[in-house]
Amino acid sequence: MAETERVAAEDVRRVAELANLELASVESVRMQRDLNAILDYVAQLNELDTSAVEPMAQVSDILRTGTQSATAALREDRASSCLDRQRVMAAAPETDGIFFKVPKVIER
Amino acid sequence: MTTKILEVKLPTIDELMEGIAKGTKTAVEAARFCFNRIDEEDATVHAFLSLNREGALARAAEIDALASAGEALPPLAGVPMGIKDVLVVDGMPATAGSKILEGYRPPYTATAVQKLADAGAVVLGKLNCDEFAMGSSNENSAYGPVRNPHDTERVPGGSSGGSGAAVAAGMAVATLGSDTGGSIRQPASFCGVVGVLPTYGRVSRYGLIAFASSLDRVGPFAATVRDAAKVLGVIAGHDPMDATSSTEPVPDYLADIDKGVAGMRLGVPPEYFGEGLDPEVREAVEATIERLREAGAEIVPVSLPHTRYAVPTYYVIATAEASANLARFDGVRYGYRAPNTHTLAAMYKCSREGGFGAEVKRRILLGTYVLSAGYYDAYYKKAQQVRRLLTEDFLKAFDAVEAILTPTAPTPAFKLGEKTDDPMAMYLADIYTVTANLAGICGVSVPCGESHSGLPIGIQILGRHFGESTVFRVGQAVEELSA
Repeated sequence: MAETERVAAEDVRRVAELANLELASVESVRMQRDLNAILDYVAQLNELDTSAVEPMAQVSDILRTGTQSATAALREDRASSCLDRQRVMAAAPETDGIFFKVPKVIER
Repeated sequence: MTTKILEVKLPTIDELMEGIAKGTKTAVEAARFCFNRIDEEDATVHAFLSLNREGALARAAEIDALASAGEALPPLAGVPMGIKDVLVVDGMPATAGSKILEGYRPPYTATAVQKLADAGAVVLGKLNCDEFAMGSSNENSAYGPVRNPHDTERVPGGSSGGSGAAVAAGMAVATLGSDTGGSIRQPASFCGVVGVLPTYGRVSRYGLIAFASSLDRVGPFAATVRDAAKVLGVIAGHDPMDATSSTEPVPDYLADIDKGVAGMRLGVPPEYFGEGLDPEVREAVEATIERLREAGAEIVPVSLPHTRYAVPTYYVIATAEASANLARFDGVRYGYRAPNTHTLAAMYKCSREGGFGAEVKRRILLGTYVLSAGYYDAYYKKAQQVRRLLTEDFLKAFDAVEAILTPTAPTPAFKLGEKTDDPMAMYLADIYTVTANLAGICGVSVPCGESHSGLPIGIQILGRHFGESTVFRVGQAVEELSA
């Protein structure tokens, strides 16, 4: 049975970086505690021998019966109009009307 | 305990539409009545986040004009409804219960809502919910909690707390919610109303702000099983805008609803009646099962052996998918953008940090962790394998029985603040509901009794994929036997 990896402060920092979240240090401590509690609980999945089991990412794997073909979800590859640009830009925090404006990507 | 809020009962869909057709009621009166209810009680309940007074009254007037002209009325003509704030409606705000979407106005309408509007329903406004549908108590809303109309010191359940409370408080005849791990059924149970979990793919997810794409469902709440079935009949069906929506034909959900349970084989899984189940919930649910047996159903024990692994499986898969789905909230195209940032990376981090609440951040972190290099096989892949085992449990069970009966939640509504310090305690509230989301099957929660202090208790009826008609038939029997 595999040992549960405990989450260290460094792990929380790494994961927060990946998730583009900037945690305050107080938050970070709390998150570390919570993640450990949850992952300890999740570790019980290791009680099951799943070596012969195919992972199931989607229910549609088993829903596809004789009445539906795999192509039922496909559509014709034809361009059509999408959302109205003005409506979309109206919701943007900063825009020149055509593009979304953001701070520079790279610090020089 | 406040019962004044519950004193008012709205008509059923049939009663309202009959009245509108005959001219004894009008859609405008019905809408005004609901807005009055909201004005009177929603300062306490807080079910609604935004109201659509003008739009609703205009639509209601259109329906009344059709009725006066003697025209045929669409299937939900004049029915006042609320929409959970995770579903987008052109012309109304959509916050998903989060500050990160404060002020956001979507440029399109969710298919399920469009179908309701085309069917003549009158959309009163957007309903409060846990932030990004993450929660079991509606205490994670960035705009304040919803209170249970049966006892305003208690939670309505979550994440569709506003959807459940609005029906219970007579503010809407029916509402739409979403259910990823129990978020329709559990609030239905806590609020004493009917809540439906349609089969995965039965109702389009186009326009539903995504939490976990392989688990999310859109579904109705109503005061009666019949009304819930009617609403499902309107919103169900294939949608080319949702690649996961099913082409399975939509039956008439009312056709078999009054057939009763005589001769039906109904399963009871011992795994759902073990440790952790509140004795009053056990009593109410077992008494209901006994009534079904007396009404002619054959009650059969049926094991779902992997049940105890459902919550950990769910919290790996749901959070992993959520971490991907919530990556789009970055301050670029919509929603909150943190001020005074000078690089793109800083803007992303500060916007997300400033806009997301604690539970959302916790789940994003957990989801990112289980998908990250070195952990993917141990957690995410493992969970997907267990998911298949859980699903196979149900497929085997449905070879033996037509529907499965369980409690919806392990307890009646708990007090506000009772579980907010311990995420695990909150997650365990989902223990009976997450299995159906993982397996893709359908279900309904129907009120079946009350605790000694008058808190509602719901029984959950689970059906096979696309077995909603069977589930409604059993639900209707429960409703009649519990009257």
